[in-house]
Amino acid sequence: MHENTPLVKMVNICKSFGEVEVLKNVNFEVNYNEIVGLVGDNGAGKSTLIKILTGVHRPDSGEIYFKGQKITIHSVEKSRELGIETVYQERALGEQQTLWRNVFMGREIRNKLGFMKIEELKKETEKILREHMGFTSKAITTDSIVKSLSGGEKQGIAIGRALYFDADLIILDEPTMGLSLSETRKVLEFVENIKKRGKSAIFISHNIYYVYPVADRFVILDRGRVAGNILKKDVTQDELIEKMVHLARTGKFE
Amino acid sequence: MVRTSTVHERRLQISIAAVFVLIFAVFFIGNIETFTRFDIYYSFMSTIPFSGIMAIAMTYIVIAGEIDLSFPSILGLSAWVFSKVVEKTTNIWLATVCCLVTGIVAGSFNGFLVVKVGIPSLVATIGTQFFFRGLVNVLGQGLGITLVPVKDTFLFTLFVGRIKGLVPMQAVWMVVFAVIFGIILKRHKFGNHLLFVGDNRESAQMMGIRVNRVRVLVFVIMGVVSAFAGILSSLEVTYFWPTLGEGQLLRTLAAVFVGGTSVFGGMGTIFGSFIGALIIGSLEAGIIAIGLTGFWTQLIYGLIIVVSLSIYTILMKRT
Repeated sequence: MHENTPLVKMVNICKSFGEVEVLKNVNFEVNYNEIVGLVGDNGAGKSTLIKILTGVHRPDSGEIYFKGQKITIHSVEKSRELGIETVYQERALGEQQTLWRNVFMGREIRNKLGFMKIEELKKETEKILREHMGFTSKAITTDSIVKSLSGGEKQGIAIGRALYFDADLIILDEPTMGLSLSETRKVLEFVENIKKRGKSAIFISHNIYYVYPVADRFVILDRGRVAGNILKKDVTQDELIEKMVHLARTGKFE
Repeated sequence: MVRTSTVHERRLQISIAAVFVLIFAVFFIGNIETFTRFDIYYSFMSTIPFSGIMAIAMTYIVIAGEIDLSFPSILGLSAWVFSKVVEKTTNIWLATVCCLVTGIVAGSFNGFLVVKVGIPSLVATIGTQFFFRGLVNVLGQGLGITLVPVKDTFLFTLFVGRIKGLVPMQAVWMVVFAVIFGIILKRHKFGNHLLFVGDNRESAQMMGIRVNRVRVLVFVIMGVVSAFAGILSSLEVTYFWPTLGEGQLLRTLAAVFVGGTSVFGGMGTIFGSFIGALIIGSLEAGIIAIGLTGFWTQLIYGLIIVVSLSIYTILMKRT
């Protein structure tokens, strides 16, 4: 049914903050079951583009299509209703709360009086941990406090939560920033999970090494423009890095 | 019933209970005669609930990452309304409704200042604390009001009567409040939202929790509970004093923090505040009973607070 329609299509997006043109006629697509690496230097406009998609900012001009339908996203709630979920590193979870509370934060399964069905919440959380996300450590239970988890594991919980609630598009904003190598590997495995479960993701990073292994396609932003759009099968990691260096030096991708 | 507390919390609760047991052990050893008689417990049960009930409501405020310093003045203001209506109409039902409404309005005003205007709650409630007490002074002109006319009513018995002459009703109310607030905190979605609002406001907002509504609500709850404590404490002595509620501020806050609730928000228990209120409320009488003079009370208050807070902080660091 969606052979040709992309999941998300952003057309001619422009956005300025005062005098500063942050996005200039940006076209951006994410297809079904595709992981897109959104790369570019700091200030390239990556996060502004994403904030437009998640309803934090409104574009000055341009159109957004979701599953082929033209939409306006004017709030974060609206984007979540559509099935777009953002996983921010620090803002995703309540550190002092248990995993089951975090997974169902704001979306508690409850009875008519508003009391939570705790047994059910814990059972579902257990399922997410073991089956969906492949947590094996016995040390992590539904009653674990988020604070006791490593950085990579926290990302895993946030991604698992998004998948559980059937997000079609998961946005990962620098998910490996500040993580150790082994933790980064864990996060990349979680990202692969998104693909396996038939969903799409945008992986934002300024580090090619982290994006390359998991992304299907790369969109390179440079000073508010799309400088490049290239499939992984058409480029090796080294070539991509070379192109990025070239871009930084000359302002041209090819 | 499914367990909701974590290892963390249980450890904290055990240490709070331990502090409590230790203090009472000292009381027993110090004056076995007094502490094996019912009288002292009767006196605890009649005096502790006023600030105890407010400590229970304050727990929600602190968990939400806020603070309210105006509740003793809300207590005074709503108790004045209560007494004034009693004086004019001798209708205790009407007086009760008016009093609780005053508490709700005062609490909403705090919520409005903090959430809509955006004043940090610490500062906002310093302001309203003067404002509400000032209202009592201006409206009441410093005069007390007798509540004797409602002494033989059903509500009077329900609020501060004595069950078989032994158990003061206010103690029952404190237990009822603790159970309800405790269950809502642990098992209701409101309690869950409260924890996240205090823990990580930004992520709570992102996950669709109506953060501002929760923040306003905790102030409203604090207001209405303070008003109720105002009814209890004025009826207990069947007299309204314009200074009613003064002196409750620090012992109520102390009860919450001795009870292990985190000053940073996101973590706390009603059980802790309940025990905390018992500890703070029994110290004064206990100190006198074991033969020390009244001069010792503040020193020992301070000691208990500092020691118990140190224990919790060290406990929390280790995990």
